[in-house]
Amino acid sequence: MTKRWLASLWLLAIILPWQAQALIIEITGGTEAALPIAIVPFGGEGFSAPEDISAVIQNDLSRSGRFAPLPAADLISQPHEKSEINFKDWRLLRSEGLLVGKVSSLDGETYQVQFQLFDVYKGQQLVGKRYQVPASGLRRLAHQISDQVYQALTGEIGVFSTRLAFVSVINNADGSKRYTLQVSDSDGANPRTVLQSKQPILSPNWASDGERLAYVSFENGKAEVFVQEMRSGRRNSVAAFKGLNSAPAWSPDGKRLALTLSKAGNPEIYILELASGKLSRVTHNSQAIDTEAVWMPNSRELLFTSDRGGRPQIYKVSVDGGRAKRVTFEGRYNASPDISVDGRTLAMVHGLNGKFYIAVQDLETGAVQVLTESGRDESPSFAPNGRVILYATEKKGHGELAAVSVDGRIHQRLGESGRDVREPAWSPIRK
Amino acid sequence: MKLLKLTAVLLTLTWLSGCSTLGGTKDSDASAGSDVVVEDRNADTNGIDGDNASGSNIDDGAETQVIVGDDQYLGGDVLDDPNSPLSNRVVYFEYDSSSVREEDLTTLEAHAAYLGENLNVTIRLVGHTDERGSREYNLALGERRALAIRQILMLQGASIKQFQVTSFGEERADVEGHDESAWNQNRRVELNYVGR
Repeated sequence: MTKRWLASLWLLAIILPWQAQALIIEITGGTEAALPIAIVPFGGEGFSAPEDISAVIQNDLSRSGRFAPLPAADLISQPHEKSEINFKDWRLLRSEGLLVGKVSSLDGETYQVQFQLFDVYKGQQLVGKRYQVPASGLRRLAHQISDQVYQALTGEIGVFSTRLAFVSVINNADGSKRYTLQVSDSDGANPRTVLQSKQPILSPNWASDGERLAYVSFENGKAEVFVQEMRSGRRNSVAAFKGLNSAPAWSPDGKRLALTLSKAGNPEIYILELASGKLSRVTHNSQAIDTEAVWMPNSRELLFTSDRGGRPQIYKVSVDGGRAKRVTFEGRYNASPDISVDGRTLAMVHGLNGKFYIAVQDLETGAVQVLTESGRDESPSFAPNGRVILYATEKKGHGELAAVSVDGRIHQRLGESGRDVREPAWSPIRK
Repeated sequence: MKLLKLTAVLLTLTWLSGCSTLGGTKDSDASAGSDVVVEDRNADTNGIDGDNASGSNIDDGAETQVIVGDDQYLGGDVLDDPNSPLSNRVVYFEYDSSSVREEDLTTLEAHAAYLGENLNVTIRLVGHTDERGSREYNLALGERRALAIRQILMLQGASIKQFQVTSFGEERADVEGHDESAWNQNRRVELNYVGR
């Protein structure tokens, strides 16, 4: 390992908060089976706090497709804490969950927020907490409350306080393009540009700490891999070998990156240990394209795309190398694997008659289910709770992001006008 | 005869200079991220490509050759002869394929012969794909196409040292569009002589 490529470049990562346009989220179907929930506007909202916390929570929960918040007109009263709730009345609404809370300004800068979630039938509190946060933290806190409500009522981990990374492309009037790497809240709010370039940016991938992104940038005329810290904007070139340097995928412990390198003459999967710079080669198939590695949650195996059988299919291989085992058999084209946190469900791009869909495969039974319809779908990325898959699609010639629940019932569009949006990556859950 | 030769050389030079303003491909220069300027490269392709007779320089070049007459091509570099198969700088591919089509073999033979005779010349092969399917797979496929071209050129006399191979996958469409005709134009390898 030469010092040169390990040398930290400190290249400018331009951070322009608020500059990007927010994604618009629209649920396009499949919420029939959603759980009713009563969310009472928090006391003090509207005059003492800059964010409408209960509205953010309501949007989060309804966007998940798992919940159907009751319309405001159906709320029989406006309680803000337990002493104000008459459970007998609320039971008539057939909503099991009741969320109440209040916000107050402590000194103009800091806010005190409290929330309580009740089981209406039992008349019991399921979860309740009190926080003090600065104004800038109110929105994030709202997402964290959503996570707790979601978890208390579904038993699953909520992902509302996670973030999305994606690439946005602006087509300039002179025909040139401007590529930006953006990070937004999970609801598309607060998008900010973390990198911009005149050259393509590809394949963002989050480290498990949610603080670092690896990605491919063509800024030096060819595909090279960079790692960027979100807080400082500091970035390093981690792979700039001869040939392709692409498809970075963080190991679950955040210490290694699986990469595709063609420095030996053909695209092969390698593992780079970041601290030492030690590189180990995983695949050895000089005739085939091997790329798009993703780590199994057990850290011992990788899934990757290979055309060693003639067409792109997904294979599994030990991180120590050895013989790869084919995983996908249905259809002539399966690529871009991503794996659910429990390691049971594979998401992929599934080619069918020249069109490309997002599909999932149960890794135990092998059963494949196609989840999307546009035929121009790519880059699936699991939500960290494994319930939803974010992906890129195309509508009227424009790239946009969409999400689908793993059972295919709930579809969402995340539109962004006037831009091509692509290459989504859902962040892990922030610790 | 001497005078005729001189005229030919001068005309060729004139044509050459016209050509270089038209081309002006700035090749990968790892310094500042300016690198492969596709717009420039397109201009290059349009101007020189025989199938795409749009630039007036093509006619100038043709005249140059007429003056040279039946005699062998004199003075100028054959690379700048618009009637030579060397003027074809783009090779196209079938979907998900890196097999070279038979109709491109003449072009590639000419490039191989030229490279074999001019071992100081470097060529940059830039592979591209259409937009369909996985971007990362396409990045690799673009490289494989470029390597397939390199393989053919090397089998016919070029040396490995003469090549730079890059892939942009589906990121640099030549034709914007989401239909077969755009896809056909975008599945390609561009042959860019470095420094020309």
